[in-house]
Amino acid sequence: MKRIYVNEEWCLGCHLCEYNCAFANSGMTDMVKALKGKQIFPRITVDGDDKINFAVSCRHCRDPICVKSCISGALHIENGTICIDKDKCVGCLTCILVCPYGALSAAEHGTVQKCQLCLENSVSGPACVAGCPNKAIVYEER
Amino acid sequence: MNQYVIIGNGVAAAGCIEGIRTRDKSGSITVVSKENHPVYCRPLISYYLEGKTDLERINYRGEDFYKTNKCDVLYDKTANMLDPSHNTVSLSDGVTLHYTSLCVAAGSSPFIPRFKGIENVKNKFSFITLNDALQIEKSITNKSKVLIIGAGLIGLKCAEGLHDRVEKITVCDLSDMILSSILDKDTSPIIENHLKEIGIELLLSDSVDYFENSKAIMKSKKAVDFDVLITAVGVRPNTSLVLDANGEVDRGILVDEHMKTSLDNVYSAGDCTEGYDASSDRRRVLALLPNAYMQGFTAGVNMAGGCQVFDRAIPMNSIGLFGYHIMTAGSYISDNSSDITNIQLQHASAKKFFVKDGLLKGYIFINETDKAGIFTSLIREKTPLDSIDFELLKKMPTFAAFSEKIRRKQFGSVV
Repeated sequence: MKRIYVNEEWCLGCHLCEYNCAFANSGMTDMVKALKGKQIFPRITVDGDDKINFAVSCRHCRDPICVKSCISGALHIENGTICIDKDKCVGCLTCILVCPYGALSAAEHGTVQKCQLCLENSVSGPACVAGCPNKAIVYEER
Repeated sequence: MNQYVIIGNGVAAAGCIEGIRTRDKSGSITVVSKENHPVYCRPLISYYLEGKTDLERINYRGEDFYKTNKCDVLYDKTANMLDPSHNTVSLSDGVTLHYTSLCVAAGSSPFIPRFKGIENVKNKFSFITLNDALQIEKSITNKSKVLIIGAGLIGLKCAEGLHDRVEKITVCDLSDMILSSILDKDTSPIIENHLKEIGIELLLSDSVDYFENSKAIMKSKKAVDFDVLITAVGVRPNTSLVLDANGEVDRGILVDEHMKTSLDNVYSAGDCTEGYDASSDRRRVLALLPNAYMQGFTAGVNMAGGCQVFDRAIPMNSIGLFGYHIMTAGSYISDNSSDITNIQLQHASAKKFFVKDGLLKGYIFINETDKAGIFTSLIREKTPLDSIDFELLKKMPTFAAFSEKIRRKQFGSVV
């Protein structure tokens, strides 16, 4: 299946992916209204130091420890994509305790959020990839 | 056709079912369930009392789970006797089931201390099952005074669940600290102070001497008024089925890395087992939901003829309490000159690392939970700390602390 990969030598550390992610998952049509003056909750984050940057989001592991560890049954696999049922999530953060990639985070309303490859929103294809100015984030088969 | 029998219907059983079905789509699966509920999320019973989940959402899997997986569930039944020489197990209703392979996922039972006068306490409960939570819910009013014996994970989650629904909560514990199974002397006071600020009365280093007329007279002579009593002093693995069949049992049912017991064709998973703790290199009962699922899944795959190993179990907990969040993993070592602990303590947060022999062995985080899984993974995978920039990592969880080669593998390939 297609997954998101990063080419760290191309990452500029511009954080645009974070804004595009937050906008894509806001459900709103105006980026300024969706993001300006608000705390954003992107599902991808730019990590790195003064020398190197790279974007981190869910790896959609073949054997996902987050799904196996979820105490509420909220995390599950849909055709290879790791998805979270926000109605079932109680915000215990056990998935954050176990994910070796630090790819899940606490969301706005006490639940957990994660990258679902923009399959559940109205965007066609991952917004972080579409908006990356230097092709440092790609969506492909490997 | 293979006949699989699973004793128990909790998360370990669900893992076992899903493990079996990765390899065998047609063999029969019979699940023996003591409780009259489809598999539900036991740790969510406090969230149920708190109103954060309900009787539908608390179910671990969708309503068609057993149908999809072609399972026959026998509710309100327990297994009485296991006969491994004939591959049979007899149930409480007299029925005898034959199995090709069997998984004991029988869980644990609360230990009820025998205090003088407890037999006359009308409203007394454990806090383990959904039925416990439903019974407690029926017994409380907004004027209730609740006494909880045990300031561990179960007792304190119960306190959180009840806090907005009753007038007063008192929690006592023999220990001089709360959450003594996951915190230490440096870190427990942070949570203790928070609970006191919330209005929970804590009586530490104290226990009930005797009960008298809806009062608990403590060893310290203090009298505690209450109308609902909850005992949460600990649980014991349900081992009798395997023990009575002469299987190897210590504190829990002994299992190897394939989740096999000492009895032929008998596997075991979940809170009833004593497996291997990779962080302390010793056998240990690890009664944790993730562990139960992974053990159950491993057992299921192997019962269906596969070869799956689960040898990376470690203690780990993620627990929220009244807005604070605690994450702990691994084992804490001290009193040894070769151990290094590193602690960053604040009024309302803490990060404490336990390092030994160049490996991260454990940690305690309070309100510093961002990307904690990076550290859990270092413990589980036994990553040599000299292969990463651990000093940087202790300051903030970042993959800049790892080599480019590791990053390429983690973020540039299928994992």
